[in-house]
Amino acid sequence: MELKQIPLAQTHRELGARMATFAGFEMPIRYTSLVEEHMTVRERVGIFDVSHMGEFLITGAGALDLIQYTTCNDASKLSDGQAQYSCFINQQGGIIDDLLVYKIEQDHYLTVVNASNIDKDWEWLNQQNAFGATLTNLSPDICLFAVQGPLAAKTLQGLTEVALDSQKYYTFSIGTFAGVQDVIISATGYTGSGGYELYLPAKHAAKVWDAICEQGKSFGLKPIGLGARDTLRLEKGYCLYGNDLSDETTPLEAGLGWITKFSKSFVGADILQGQKEGGISKKLIGFTMEDRGIPRKDYRILDRSGDEIGVVTSGSQSPCLGIGIGMGYIRIENAGIDNEIFIEIRNKPVKAIIKKLPLV
Amino acid sequence: MNIPEDLKYTKDHEWVRISEDGQTALIGITDFAQQELGDIVYVEIETEGEDIAGGEIFGTVEAVKTVSDLFMPLNGTVIEVNEDLEQSPEAVNEDPYGKGWMIKIQLQDADQSNLIDHQQYASLIGS
Repeated sequence: MELKQIPLAQTHRELGARMATFAGFEMPIRYTSLVEEHMTVRERVGIFDVSHMGEFLITGAGALDLIQYTTCNDASKLSDGQAQYSCFINQQGGIIDDLLVYKIEQDHYLTVVNASNIDKDWEWLNQQNAFGATLTNLSPDICLFAVQGPLAAKTLQGLTEVALDSQKYYTFSIGTFAGVQDVIISATGYTGSGGYELYLPAKHAAKVWDAICEQGKSFGLKPIGLGARDTLRLEKGYCLYGNDLSDETTPLEAGLGWITKFSKSFVGADILQGQKEGGISKKLIGFTMEDRGIPRKDYRILDRSGDEIGVVTSGSQSPCLGIGIGMGYIRIENAGIDNEIFIEIRNKPVKAIIKKLPLV
Repeated sequence: MNIPEDLKYTKDHEWVRISEDGQTALIGITDFAQQELGDIVYVEIETEGEDIAGGEIFGTVEAVKTVSDLFMPLNGTVIEVNEDLEQSPEAVNEDPYGKGWMIKIQLQDADQSNLIDHQQYASLIGS
């Protein structure tokens, strides 16, 4: 497969980024030290170029119907300027992708999907579109910068007249940003440290990136790679598609019951309804290591007697806690908070404790 | 990229400092290796006292995002492990050829056929 390039790839190389392939794109993984980048976002402010993410515009009289039919959250509850976390669900109740749904106005929605799933999602939506909605894949034309951290509002306010402080979590405005019109300024993110996501025309990417970096100088802003993006989201217990979510796991198993609304009908709803009534047999949990060791994806989770009870889906050293942390699927009977479990690291069981999410 | 001229290297990105009497050697990972790995958070070596053949695994180094095996450069016995790395694994990033050393071995024989010199190592990593 041909390696795809985000518009600012060369900018990142010049900033000293280590580039690696992620979801078919050459992406900045880290610029300096992952731990330093992680702490920069927790304590100050960082900017991520996540332009690999996919954006589909869904418009027309059937737009809401298509979204309602293919996703598990209830998009009819959205007001203009509001965003919602949701999942596309397959006929078996599994998760095709997790996404954000933005209601721009009536009959006018933007969905933001994972880069690795753009083709799969696009095909699925078109297949399910018996509602006459108009679908437009804007992915190559939109750049997405996430500016995250406690100083994000201060950093960005000088570049826009949109009042950032009063922009509530999971709401957005469309306005002029750094002289560029029609930028979606969204109070969302994937770090748990607050901040904004900016959707802008790809042709203005360099101008906006440079303006933010210039403004950020006095706030200690740094560019942050995908490596720290992953450790930041893991500390907060946010799921990563391909790790913690897949076509074979359901939103109920993934702890996403809160976005699964049976008040409407959607693909897979009957299966999920049955699962809700009959109970789930495995569940996504978070854990921290009691003894020294770092959990990694696909490591086995064992009980005290050494029997396999689950599998790690995400794991890392936590930069904030200084110990190993992870998430994984575990048999429901073993999934209680504070339960002792063992992660099999290089053929040795290492003790861990199930913790309520977020871990930090 | 720091590649000291007085050390020997392996293709697995380890360095070897053989003592003057040729009986023992200090082993660690190269500057290139630590840069590739990123922030090192755990060095696990539980082979102290063991005889290990060249090419076999003597330990594991964990960075935040990756885990990598450590390979014995020579046939030998692990006679000492750098205990300071337990508390300060970041020493491998900060001083890979000094405070970041990992093990001391007693050589079992004179076979050094797996080792390369600094120039060969530099060309291996394209430096």
